[in-house]
Amino acid sequence: MLLAAALVAALWWLLDVTAANMAERGIRSGFDFLREPAGFAIGESLLPFDSTDSALWALAAGLANTLRVALPAILASTLLGTLIGLGRLSPNLLLRGLCAGYVETLRNVPLLLQLLAWYFVVTDLLPLASEALQVAPHVFLSKSGLAIPWLGGDAGVFDLPLRGEMNIVGGATLTPEFLALFLGLSLYTAAYVAETVRAGIQALPRGQSDAALALGLTRVQLFRLVLLPQALRSIIPPLTNQHLSLTKNASLAVAIGYPDLVSVANTTLNQTGRAAECIALIMAVYLILSLLTAWLSAWLERRSGRWAQRS
Amino acid sequence: MRTFQIAVLLLLFHLTPAHAGKTLDQVRQRAQLVCGVSTGVIGFSSADSQGRWNGFDVDVCRAIAAAVLNDADKIKYVPLNAQQRFTALQSGEVDLLSRNTTWTLTRDASLGLHFTAITYYDGQGFLVPKKLRITSAKQLKNAEICVQSGTTTEKNLGDWFKAQGIKVKPVVFEKFEASIKAFFSGRCQAYTTDASALAFIRSKEAPQPDDYVVLPELISKEPLGPVVRRGDDEWFAIVKWVVFALIEAEEYGITQANLEQMKASTDPAIQRLLGTAEDSGKLLGLERDWAARAIKAVGNYGEMFQRNVGSGSPLKLPRALNALWNKGGLLYAPPIR
Repeated sequence: MLLAAALVAALWWLLDVTAANMAERGIRSGFDFLREPAGFAIGESLLPFDSTDSALWALAAGLANTLRVALPAILASTLLGTLIGLGRLSPNLLLRGLCAGYVETLRNVPLLLQLLAWYFVVTDLLPLASEALQVAPHVFLSKSGLAIPWLGGDAGVFDLPLRGEMNIVGGATLTPEFLALFLGLSLYTAAYVAETVRAGIQALPRGQSDAALALGLTRVQLFRLVLLPQALRSIIPPLTNQHLSLTKNASLAVAIGYPDLVSVANTTLNQTGRAAECIALIMAVYLILSLLTAWLSAWLERRSGRWAQRS
Repeated sequence: MRTFQIAVLLLLFHLTPAHAGKTLDQVRQRAQLVCGVSTGVIGFSSADSQGRWNGFDVDVCRAIAAAVLNDADKIKYVPLNAQQRFTALQSGEVDLLSRNTTWTLTRDASLGLHFTAITYYDGQGFLVPKKLRITSAKQLKNAEICVQSGTTTEKNLGDWFKAQGIKVKPVVFEKFEASIKAFFSGRCQAYTTDASALAFIRSKEAPQPDDYVVLPELISKEPLGPVVRRGDDEWFAIVKWVVFALIEAEEYGITQANLEQMKASTDPAIQRLLGTAEDSGKLLGLERDWAARAIKAVGNYGEMFQRNVGSGSPLKLPRALNALWNKGGLLYAPPIR
């Protein structure tokens, strides 16, 4: 409690001195710029955004874009990571080797390089937007991304992508930036998740699996009914860390042109020059995201504890 | 990483005393000018294979170091990206920002900075593949446009297409290399940045320069020039007048080569500029040959332009707006007297 108070006081003092020094140097400060029009466009956005909307709305659109890639990637990396982690415990030598190879390769190549590699593979391989590949009726694949029919639009219930003069128009588009970021984050984090799952299971006493096998359970049943429920308790805290890292790693999006929170905040920072405010906002948002994730994980941990006791 | 660096710079706000004091005294005391430059824009500021900085913006630093310290090499270059540049100047990490920075009202009025003089008149343009058969930026409807973040470019893009009633999608990259690679791989239908850079990108970065064309429209005014901190009028004046001296030198035909002969000139204007008659340096707090030193170090404005971005460089940019006022351009220095 005392520590928290001291921390808050220190932070307050820091802010106060910074603000005073900035005022003295004739640097405008404050968050009033958030209500001004952003003035720039955002390439893809989950929230409807126009350049005349406020800077605050631009940042919200950026945050929505961060979550739009982070949440599916968390799901995908957890599923894939669990499978690979189990694969590393398989009696099959080939499967075990492949999974170990996956983990070692992906973990030891910097994520930024992986993202760039995915991005340039995706954009180099696909055809130009003007020569888009039609994979199904009204589904186009090109360097501009995967265009699919989506709800809404002027014509009726569905907004259908069509070939335009310059580009595919209409529908919803999963851009190469999104796809590369999603793939890169999912595959990279899956390697860490795999190690977490493997360690969680190997930490259980050997007797557990021996007993289950002796009772005649199949290997699938062994994992599903005996090992995973018990291992979950030790897996969840490190797993949460991976999910947190993934969300924060999503800020590498700026390297491959995906308009996430950091990218939008950087642009805002450049237009307004409010460096201190924009950086503070980015830090606050990531802090809140992290605290939320941690809280969610604590709740899950308590729940899985009860679950393990019951079963 | 960048975020971290800015956070550290912000901390410096309260670690350094609120009053930085006289920049000129500090520069003289440490016998070194600290100059903020770009992280690499060919022709303006870039480091060669030996780590030596050169370019147009670098020459501005060199001219000022020569005028103030009598040695154009006593400079520490601090490469800054677009996000770091203003904070670095505000916090006193650099004495001078010479990094193709556009002069705008917001920056001049709210960031605690002063733009000194315009050293380069630029404008934003578009590069497109020839096979799209586009002749005007107004035809870029629904196009995706690759752009590097951290410049006035994104806002110009928003403003201009809004005014035209055309929707385009910007694809924003943090690094120049990534934005160029994406464009030439066909990810975007157009690339946008300052026209001075487009010429270079087309000739040096394109796999086949002839497959690409620069559109005629310039959608913005980009006056670029060195920037200083507010609150130090003497330093502001020094930077401003060194730039003016280089422009003035071109107008009077004073070059790096003929400087010594020119010192014997009987033209009072030349005598004033080179300090052979009146002592104009005294008013700026410099020695009387301040302008002569600057010219000796980098040549006059025209030589600086020609060597770095003009016909003597790979960029081969025309003088256009950057010609002297009496040669159809916009360069006009107030009289040195």
